[in-house]
Amino acid sequence: MSKAIPEPVTKLIESFSRLPGVGPKTASRLTYYLLRAPEETSLALADALRDLKANTRYCAVCYNITVEDPCPICADAQRDQRTVAVVEEPLDVLAIERTGAFKGVYHVLHGAISPMNGIGPDDLRIRELTKRVDKGIIAEVIIATNPGLEGDATAMYIQRELTGKGARMTRLARGLPVGSDIEYADSVTLTRALMGRGDV
Amino acid sequence: MPRPDRSYRTTAIILKRRDFGEADRLLTILTPEHGKQDVIAKGARKLTSHKMGHVELLTRADMLIHTGRELGVAAQAEMTLPLDRLREDLVRGAYAGYCAELVDKFVNAGFEDTRTLYRLTEATLIRINDVDDPRLSVRYFEVQLLLWAGFGPELSECVVGGEPIEPQDQVFSPGEGGVVCPQHAPRVLNTLSLPMLTLKTLRLMQRSRYEQVEAANIPQGPLDDSERILSSFIAHILEKRPLSAEFLRRIRRESAPG
Ligand SMILES: [Zn+2]
Ligand SMILES: [Zn+2]
Repeated sequence: MSKAIPEPVTKLIESFSRLPGVGPKTASRLTYYLLRAPEETSLALADALRDLKANTRYCAVCYNITVEDPCPICADAQRDQRTVAVVEEPLDVLAIERTGAFKGVYHVLHGAISPMNGIGPDDLRIRELTKRVDKGIIAEVIIATNPGLEGDATAMYIQRELTGKGARMTRLARGLPVGSDIEYADSVTLTRALMGRGDV
Repeated sequence: MPRPDRSYRTTAIILKRRDFGEADRLLTILTPEHGKQDVIAKGARKLTSHKMGHVELLTRADMLIHTGRELGVAAQAEMTLPLDRLREDLVRGAYAGYCAELVDKFVNAGFEDTRTLYRLTEATLIRINDVDDPRLSVRYFEVQLLLWAGFGPELSECVVGGEPIEPQDQVFSPGEGGVVCPQHAPRVLNTLSLPMLTLKTLRLMQRSRYEQVEAANIPQGPLDDSERILSSFIAHILEKRPLSAEFLRRIRRESAPG
């Protein structure tokens, strides 16, 4: 980067550039926006960033990101603790919650098996899921990974790990296009996929 | 091959896929005539993306690509070969993923003529999808990919002394890139045993069409042995084992092949 740009500016541009989907151009634009914006704007951003790590943790039950542990969903006595939806990302929890059609609890894997990108079963919260099912409370595991090679491989792997543990295993109904993300599914489609789930 | 004009249509195999930005994906594709490319598929993560339906790993698609300043953008994509069993069968999917990783690692990105490699890759993915036991097709793919990339191992002459190989058991040197005769074997470090039948198997795979190799009914022993030799050789060239190889080993341990 050019020497004409002061170091604090380059540092922020570089930090922004490391975020997914942010190229060098967007990173510069955001940085110069903050330079011109009132001081409160950047201070609020800095606080929010600090709080993000300091005040969040994984829920020890479902591994969703939470402030309190266990998370509000796991702690909710109205939720059906016997039905678990296994999802790839925290944003998938939000998508399913938006439907209002699911009264069970979740298990967040934090990714999908993608050997080529160096993500194997041990890099996901699969062992934790197995332990959870071993406790014998869970009656149904709904595998709600994304449709497509990696999500399907993850589903099949989990299915293999959980076979013989006494829980019913189901998968979201087809109807979500292969290659798309559950995160982006509209509520109608997702509700239909949930309702139409079948045994695997 | 020169950089094509602003846009081009091509058939492509999707080798790799990463999320990119808000709702896009970055795809690594292998094409017959435009080499291996990274292209952005706009809106591909959304379920209602009209023009970008079905941008899915290890499928073949027809694409319209606009070349950008840095990255190409796939404006349209239509899946033309779904290869469903790669998604329905964990082991088949893992074999196919392994082959895709090898293509990704052995081929530099850029516009070049990749017709032969494209044909090999497409045929291999179809075989992994279709045949009862995909192992032979994966071995054949490894051998042919190495040849294509200029790493075909020397199998006729001793890589130390240069003399023709006699019909007897030999050793293989990943470092020297080929077979070493028993006499010269003590001079080379890190060799692997190379029984005569395995050497013949490797030569057959290097020199023949797949149909001929298939018709030869190679016994499992030399095939397993070829896997051992080829995976060491590939790991040596790449300076590490392909990431997919570990996952493949793991799930194969727990299930019957195929
Ligand atoms: Zn929780
Ligand atoms: Zn020799």
